[in-house]
Amino acid sequence: MMTKAKVAVWKFTSCDGCQLSLLDCEDELLSVANAVDIAYFMEATSRQVPGPYDLSIVEGSISTPEQLELIASVRAQSHFVVAIGACATAGGIQALRNMANIDDYISTVYAHPDYIQTLATSTAISDHIHVDFELRGCPINKHQLLEVISAFLNQRRPRISNHSVCVECKLENTICVAVSRGEACMGPITQAGCGALCPRYHRACFGCYGPKENPNPDSLAQWWQTENHTDKVKIIENLSNFNTAAPAFHDAAEKIRTGGKP
Amino acid sequence: MKDKSKTIRVDYLARVEGEGALYIRYDDKAVHEVQLKIFEPPRFFEAFLQGRDYSEAPDITARICGICPVAYQMSSVHAMENALGFEAEPGIQQLRRLLYCGEWIESHVLHIAMLHAPDFLKLHSAVDMAKLHPEIVQQALALKKTGNAIVNLLGGREIHPINVRIGGFYRLPKREELQSLRKSLDEALTLAIALTRWVATLKLPTFDRQQQPYLFVALHNEQEYPMNRGRLVSSAGLDITANEFEQHFTEHHVAHSNALHCLMNNDRPYFVGPMARFNLNFQQLAPCAKQLAKEVGVIPPYSNPFGSIIVRALEVVHAVATARELIDQYQAPEHPYTTKEAKAARGYAITEAPRGILYHRYDINDQGKIQEAKIVPPTSQNQKTIEDDLRLMLPTLMHLEEEDLRHRCEQAIRNYDPCISCATHFLQLSLDKIPCTTP
Repeated sequence: MMTKAKVAVWKFTSCDGCQLSLLDCEDELLSVANAVDIAYFMEATSRQVPGPYDLSIVEGSISTPEQLELIASVRAQSHFVVAIGACATAGGIQALRNMANIDDYISTVYAHPDYIQTLATSTAISDHIHVDFELRGCPINKHQLLEVISAFLNQRRPRISNHSVCVECKLENTICVAVSRGEACMGPITQAGCGALCPRYHRACFGCYGPKENPNPDSLAQWWQTENHTDKVKIIENLSNFNTAAPAFHDAAEKIRTGGKP
Repeated sequence: MKDKSKTIRVDYLARVEGEGALYIRYDDKAVHEVQLKIFEPPRFFEAFLQGRDYSEAPDITARICGICPVAYQMSSVHAMENALGFEAEPGIQQLRRLLYCGEWIESHVLHIAMLHAPDFLKLHSAVDMAKLHPEIVQQALALKKTGNAIVNLLGGREIHPINVRIGGFYRLPKREELQSLRKSLDEALTLAIALTRWVATLKLPTFDRQQQPYLFVALHNEQEYPMNRGRLVSSAGLDITANEFEQHFTEHHVAHSNALHCLMNNDRPYFVGPMARFNLNFQQLAPCAKQLAKEVGVIPPYSNPFGSIIVRALEVVHAVATARELIDQYQAPEHPYTTKEAKAARGYAITEAPRGILYHRYDINDQGKIQEAKIVPPTSQNQKTIEDDLRLMLPTLMHLEEEDLRHRCEQAIRNYDPCISCATHFLQLSLDKIPCTTP
């Protein structure tokens, strides 16, 4: 019998939602647990098997000095590292701090700023180590997570599309909310994966899955302003939420803030 | 990492949501210090909410917690509606209650079966449990799936739902969608009752807080077991509205925790969550849950925190029964949502998250931008009570081997289903047995 692959699940700065997606696979969880050795997954088990690991799944962003050391050690003991979710792939919503003065933030929330140990920025895992695959989403799609785990354990490429949410709408015959309702939908520049959820619920996409491959946010922002009369502040809010530090979204928002200068 | 003598270390408390540590300093005679340390890195939500549009609050605050995003959405929409001076239509209120039932079911069952029950069986995880009690784990997963199906239908997805907005929902569920959900709920009720009967057979450690009784705090209203509506009451006679919360409860920043400690009247620790709701709202429980509570012998006043697993299971029964009733009585509202123009105002709300009361307060300006936000999550409110439990429990446990002692401490923490991502996770448990020295 082949030895089971050792899988570890790590948490950095996050809401726990993406690793919870694994526990939300009610139908598949026990089969996954039979197929692999869940060697380290603190939210689910107190059993801890030391590395090396065949696959490390990493949730969360890097936002404290200790995490810089921990992520390097995760890389050192893992054959493959997969970053899951907007925090791990783009810094998460907590990367809004990257644009602000961190001391102001600390004193807004905490009475004794000197007790708080944090970095001035919240950054993606790939800013610190080599990452073998990034699974997008805030939160990730659990079916995509199972696909990624299965792909890495079988040494093949994950079948995850990097086209836009618009393609998903068309595939499902969902009526376009940008055209039919004049809403500032992020679909044209946002990566697919959610199944075009918001448009199916009569809502404009707000970019949870981050930029698609080769997006053109400047052009979309221009179109919103001229054709849709969308308020600039609304455009900045759209680009600056869960994937605010993803370069394509960040740069486009910055251009609008500074009046078009790159 | 070298172990020092007379110190037990665990680098991380497992089976809780988040990163926390416990530090206990004791000797043969007394417990000198108990600190529940929360190292979960701060994310500064209250800071970056400033300047954001009021309409973004439900989507942004949901990201505080992947386990209970609906709670954040419910407290934020109610607080914003309070600020703008309106209430959502009755049909919307029914759907919100149904959505909350879904989150209570999935969150409670996750904790009961996957995080807490392994403690009582001395196992590492639900996966290990599945080898010994396969039918229990499979039934729990099926029940959890039903909870998630409710959130999925009304919210669009289980984690960070997208369908909730101020004034209502983006899209109302179709009658046939609700009917297909309704079909799964009869089976779910059977599963929930079976799960409760099973957890009631677990051997509970006994722990008596009669010397220092708990101060329970929960919402209360005569018509229904509290979720979105009610006055804030306590076992000591408190009876206030959400806008009076900050006059009675204050947050304190202590050096050992990234989560603020919230205390009543500046110094009184209190207890929120299923145990508090159950003790303060027993009459409002669904009849089948009330009957089951009597059958398993758990009725108010009930204060063994290790029995919280049974109370949580009873709340699952209640939530499934309530979900069934809500679908049967549902009258679709005329509009999926109502809107009101933004104005400069302050709004407050408290709702019952699975782990206890969740307070939100917002100040918005006439452009609808958030000027100030204050959020008090359940776990920060329970931190001090958890520390007190450990402090009072330890002297009676000194006969235990170190390994068993540490395990009991972890189990006592899990009684509270602490959600450390909410409170701000890394549980490093060190029991430090050294001669008492003055710091």
